[in-house]
Amino acid sequence: MTTSPTVSGSLRNRLVLTLIGGAAVLAILLFLTVRSYAAKVAQQGQDDILGASVTSILDAAALRDGQLEVDIPYAAFSMLSTPSDDRVFYAIYQDGAFLSGYEDLGLAAGPVGGRLAFETGEVRGERVRQVSAGRTLVGLGRQTEIEVALGQTQDALSDTLDQISRNAAYLGIGFFLLTAALSFWVTSTTIGQLNKLTNSVTRRGPQDLSPFKKPVPKEMAPLVMSLNSLMGRLDQSLSQSEDFIAEAAHRVRTPLATVRSYAETTLHRVEREENREALKAMVRAIDESSRAAGQLLDHAMITFRADHLEREEIDLVILCRDLVQRLIPIAEMKELTLSLTGEPSVPYSGDPILIQNAVRNLIDNAMKYAPSDSKVEISLLMHPTPQIQVRDAGPGFPPDEIDTLTRRFERGQNAAGTIGSGLGLTIAQDVATAHGGSLILRNRKKGGACVTLSL
Amino acid sequence: MRYLIALVLLFCPLVGWADDWEDRLVFNEGAEGPRLRVISSTDTVLFAPVIEGFVAENPLISVEYLVSGTADINRRVRETPEAFDVIISSAMDLQLKLANDGFALPIDDVPVPSWAQWHHSLFAFTSEPATIVINRTAFEGQPVPQTRQGLIEALRKRPEAFRGKVGTYDVRQSGLGYLFATQDARASETYWRLMEVMGSLDVQLYCCSGDMINDLADGTILVAYNVLGSYAAVRTEGKDALEVVLPTDFQTIMMRTAMVSRATSEPKAAEMLLRYIVAERPATEDTSPLPLLQSGGANGRETIGLNPALLTFLDGLKRTKFLSAWEDAVIQ
Repeated sequence: MTTSPTVSGSLRNRLVLTLIGGAAVLAILLFLTVRSYAAKVAQQGQDDILGASVTSILDAAALRDGQLEVDIPYAAFSMLSTPSDDRVFYAIYQDGAFLSGYEDLGLAAGPVGGRLAFETGEVRGERVRQVSAGRTLVGLGRQTEIEVALGQTQDALSDTLDQISRNAAYLGIGFFLLTAALSFWVTSTTIGQLNKLTNSVTRRGPQDLSPFKKPVPKEMAPLVMSLNSLMGRLDQSLSQSEDFIAEAAHRVRTPLATVRSYAETTLHRVEREENREALKAMVRAIDESSRAAGQLLDHAMITFRADHLEREEIDLVILCRDLVQRLIPIAEMKELTLSLTGEPSVPYSGDPILIQNAVRNLIDNAMKYAPSDSKVEISLLMHPTPQIQVRDAGPGFPPDEIDTLTRRFERGQNAAGTIGSGLGLTIAQDVATAHGGSLILRNRKKGGACVTLSL
Repeated sequence: MRYLIALVLLFCPLVGWADDWEDRLVFNEGAEGPRLRVISSTDTVLFAPVIEGFVAENPLISVEYLVSGTADINRRVRETPEAFDVIISSAMDLQLKLANDGFALPIDDVPVPSWAQWHHSLFAFTSEPATIVINRTAFEGQPVPQTRQGLIEALRKRPEAFRGKVGTYDVRQSGLGYLFATQDARASETYWRLMEVMGSLDVQLYCCSGDMINDLADGTILVAYNVLGSYAAVRTEGKDALEVVLPTDFQTIMMRTAMVSRATSEPKAAEMLLRYIVAERPATEDTSPLPLLQSGGANGRETIGLNPALLTFLDGLKRTKFLSAWEDAVIQ
């Protein structure tokens, strides 16, 4: 009887999502950082070469006899050679007037002076990185300003950037995949600890309330500790109540016996019929109470022994035969026949006191419900499992209650006229469970109940 | 100056004929498909096998092959880029500037080594050294000079024998001549001394390799400097008097380059032709008189690199300065 807990979110999903999301963000950041850094470095490289080239052209400018001469060094353009064969544009201006080169390549805006001015623009439909620089030449009585603009397309640069971007992307994806795999692993090992604990809780027997002793991670120690303390308290209160019941039953039984003997004695002395009837009813009630107290005691004993099951080698046939012999007098009083059939010998390793108690309860039940002059059959089987079957010719179990009859104090609707506490089947069931077996209730086709204690 | 131009006109008899082409030939005339206009500095006789091979594989395409000088090709393409589909020239610097200026159509995945292409738009397909061609009769009993220094000494030793009988490119008119001159000047000072010596010997200036070799063959000149090796090899065949000298001090090796015009109206066919020229033409010396592409440095030779440095000497200021230095040396 478990109620499903209210579920809100999943630790695993939350962990995985957080870790993978973080990895994705980091991978993208990594990619962007590497790319922008590479772009900066590559652009710086192109700018350096453009700067060196334009400086060498400016250096080659001279005033000769008042005439400006610009003897462009071969290396000035040679150094602009790139693997992608970038196009090169240049323009030379004297005092702002175009002198040579490509007229459509303008100078950088603003005064140029001695510094290099870089800009990116478009020339003849292509993106061009451009540098402008100027220099003042002083000749005889004459001063002139020479300015040079030098542009280069960026094919090699974008090739380099593409390559770096590709590599950075591989790096980012690799980083992401690795981190994702790692986060899955970390998550499953973390959740795995919880699963382990859950398993060991689930695998426990119904009576096992001992504390957990297996090592757990530090973070789970408080959970296990409170679980252990909860079970400790549960165990304590359970055993307290069992003790209490046993004690109560024991204390009730002795005075009941006394009361019963007084009642019997009185019954012999009383002569008025109505008084005798009242006393007989009293004795019956006392019998019922004493039987219930006895079963409560049995039940408490069985609960204790089942918790600390001690097995020994026994033969179920001998055990049942002893039992039958002891019960024969009671059966004869009710005019019932007890018959023991089946295998000649069924060896089994179990607690004889428990099994005896269970079988006696089953036979008791059968005798209670069996009509006079009928037969209660006890048969023993070895296969498929060692089992003891008790059959009677009584009314059988009410079909709609067959599943709930083994609960404590649960009695069938047809049991109203019979003495009983409702603990008999519970005890038999507990014994079967303690031995790893089961109790099967069914009705015989010809009428009557059939109970199988399968061990 | 006027005399020089007259001289050039004299040696270029085709000038003035039909739109001023040096040569014009249509291959596969009457084909149904597109017609490609190829403007080239390579003589038809050298290039015809290539085009013939192409139209044999693509019978639907016809090719109009137009020959002109390198400088002229550069000028025409800049004026009317839409008039040509494929541009072939030996002046690497002018070709590279055309490509850099955006006249070339980029073509991807042409199977050429990276050093033989620029910006996926300019593709090299031959390696051709600049050579010295001499008429053996002039060196009878004398050792044939193998270096520029040797040539200078030989010229200085017998100035009278060589006066008016040495020839080289007029770098002001020939794009290839200008390329060879600037690369020579870059490589060694010897170039300037050689030019001074040649200038003092009343050097004959030519627009084209072909004319120079013709004059050599008929004895008008005895020594030609910076003649294209491929032309020399073809023209000296069967002319025992001529000897082609690959200078051993340093060599200047040019790569003939081709590009598809960005303004072409037949980009597909033009690309097919370019691929054929660059990568698919039968690649043996026997089947094509055009030399094959060879990686530089293998024999310690110096191939002019296809890189933006070629723009340097095309700069207006730089060119003016170089030409004035050249004129100072050569025209005395």
